[in-house]
Amino acid sequence: MSLFNIFTVAGSAMTAQNQRLNVVASNLANADSAVSSNGQPYKAKQVVFESTHLGGQLGGANANSASSGVRVSSVIEDQSPLKMVHDPSHPMANKEGFVAMPNVNVVEEMVDMISASRSYQNNVEMMNTAKTLLLKTLTIGQ
Amino acid sequence: MIDKLDSTFRFYQDAANLRAHRQQLIASNIANADTPQYKARDIDFNTALQGALTGGGPAVTLATSASSHIAPAAGVSGGAPLLYRSAVQGSVDGNTVDMDVERSQFADNAIHYEANLTFISNQIRMMQSVLQG
Repeated sequence: MSLFNIFTVAGSAMTAQNQRLNVVASNLANADSAVSSNGQPYKAKQVVFESTHLGGQLGGANANSASSGVRVSSVIEDQSPLKMVHDPSHPMANKEGFVAMPNVNVVEEMVDMISASRSYQNNVEMMNTAKTLLLKTLTIGQ
Repeated sequence: MIDKLDSTFRFYQDAANLRAHRQQLIASNIANADTPQYKARDIDFNTALQGALTGGGPAVTLATSASSHIAPAAGVSGGAPLLYRSAVQGSVDGNTVDMDVERSQFADNAIHYEANLTFISNQIRMMQSVLQG
C-alpha cells in the first residue's frame, strides 16, 4: 500500500529538518563564542541533505522505486574566514588587540531557520492528508 | 457473473492504485524540497491509467540465464513510466522541486483520490441493492 510509504517519506524529511533546526540553534547560540570545546573559535555548521531510496531496486519499472526519503548525509563546518573584532580588553585578544569571533552569519541562520520550519510544516500537512486518505479508504463499502 | 463484477470495479481500483502511487511520488518531491541535485518526478496520470487498463506500460520480464529456463507467457505490466518535471525556475543547487506546483498537485491528487473512493462506494452500494433486490 503506497499511501503508507508517505508516512515514512514525510517522517524522514521531518527528522532531517529537525536536525537542520538543531544545527541552526547551535549556530545562533554560539554566535559569540570566542572559544569552543576544542579551544578554537566556534565555526558555523551546516547540514547536507541526501535523498535515500526506500523501495525496491528495480528501477523505473518498480512501483516503489521512486519513493525517496531524506537523510542528513553529513554536517560540515563553514570554511569562511573568522570575524576579527578589535577588543584589546578581551582575554583572547592577540598582540594587535584583535579577537577571532565565530563566522556565524546571524541573518543567514534566521533565514535557514524559517526555511526549515516551513519545510517541516509542509511535511506535517502531507502526513495529515495521507492520514485522511487512508481513513477514507477504510470506509469503502460502508 | 463474477468476472462482470470484477470488470465493474476494476477501473476504479486501477485508478485508486495509480492515485495512491502518484500521491507517494509527490510526497517524495515535497520531502526532498531542500535536497541538492534532487529532480522532481511525476507520472502522467492519463497515460498511466490507459496503460493500466489495456495492460500496456513498460513490461517487466523475467531474466533467463540458461536455455532451459521457461520464459513467462506474458510480461507483467510494470505500471507507469516515471517522468521528470521540467523546472519553472531553476535553483543554484540543482534541485527542481517547485513547492507551489507540488503542493497544488498534492492537493489535487488527494481530492481525486477521495472522489474515486466515493465512486467505488457508490458502485458497491448499487451492486448491493441489485443483489438484494
